[in-house]
Amino acid sequence: MSTNATQTLDARGMNCPLPILRTKKALTDLAKGETLAITATDPGSLKDMQAFCKQTGNELVSSSEHQGEFEFLIRKS
Amino acid sequence: MGATDKLLAQSLDPALLDQWFDQRFEAKMAEREAAHVPSLSIIATKGTMDWAYPPFILASTAGALGWDVSVFFTFYGLELLKKDLHLEISPLGNPGMPMKMPFGPQWLQDINWKVPNVVMAGIPGFEKVATGLMQQTVKNKGVASIDELRSACLEADAKLYACQMTVDLFGYSQDEFIPEIAGWIGAASFLPQAQKSDVCLFI
Repeated sequence: MSTNATQTLDARGMNCPLPILRTKKALTDLAKGETLAITATDPGSLKDMQAFCKQTGNELVSSSEHQGEFEFLIRKS
Repeated sequence: MGATDKLLAQSLDPALLDQWFDQRFEAKMAEREAAHVPSLSIIATKGTMDWAYPPFILASTAGALGWDVSVFFTFYGLELLKKDLHLEISPLGNPGMPMKMPFGPQWLQDINWKVPNVVMAGIPGFEKVATGLMQQTVKNKGVASIDELRSACLEADAKLYACQMTVDLFGYSQDEFIPEIAGWIGAASFLPQAQKSDVCLFI
């Protein structure tokens, strides 16, 4: 997981829609421009996180998959 | 047409005017769309554990996406607003429901137990057992509990409305329900809201 993110969120083991709900909650605590790194295991989170960022206007800086774990970096805007 | 309009029409090239309007219209529509907050209205009518998931998952997710959300709970759906949730699940007459064990070795968990309706109907407490197994499955798979999703809806400012008629019909009292209920209303109050929403679902 990216260590230079402002905050990290461990959403492993959570299923739809919990990763999104937790992400939304974590983002409210961040200031504009700060970043959140998320790790998830829900395969649906890959598409969901893209849709979430598109809809809420936050920037999905990166998303990747590694051995069944999905990592996302979101910058709050 | 007034004199000014006539003068204006003479001096304007219609093709240019059309072009100007098309561009302006496009820009205005895009502006409008960007400023538009999507909205979701749900009518929740079922009071079992399985049917509790769709309204709360959709409402909490829409809330997380920044949408305006309102849910109207009516008939058995009112069970979902009780302070103490005792939601059960019934496999009886529901051939679509997989019946799998949430524990034991994988080969055992993979078996889909086809229990005949007559057996399910005849065994006392069958629904209690099925509910217990479902709760365990939900936990094992990292799916949120109904309580958790309901709290997420409230945190996201979703408006949860209760049907007043159902309260009277089933002899409920208002203090059996969570205090966060946005209003005790009827169809005539909810429909105008639903009319204006972008997505409206009956569950």
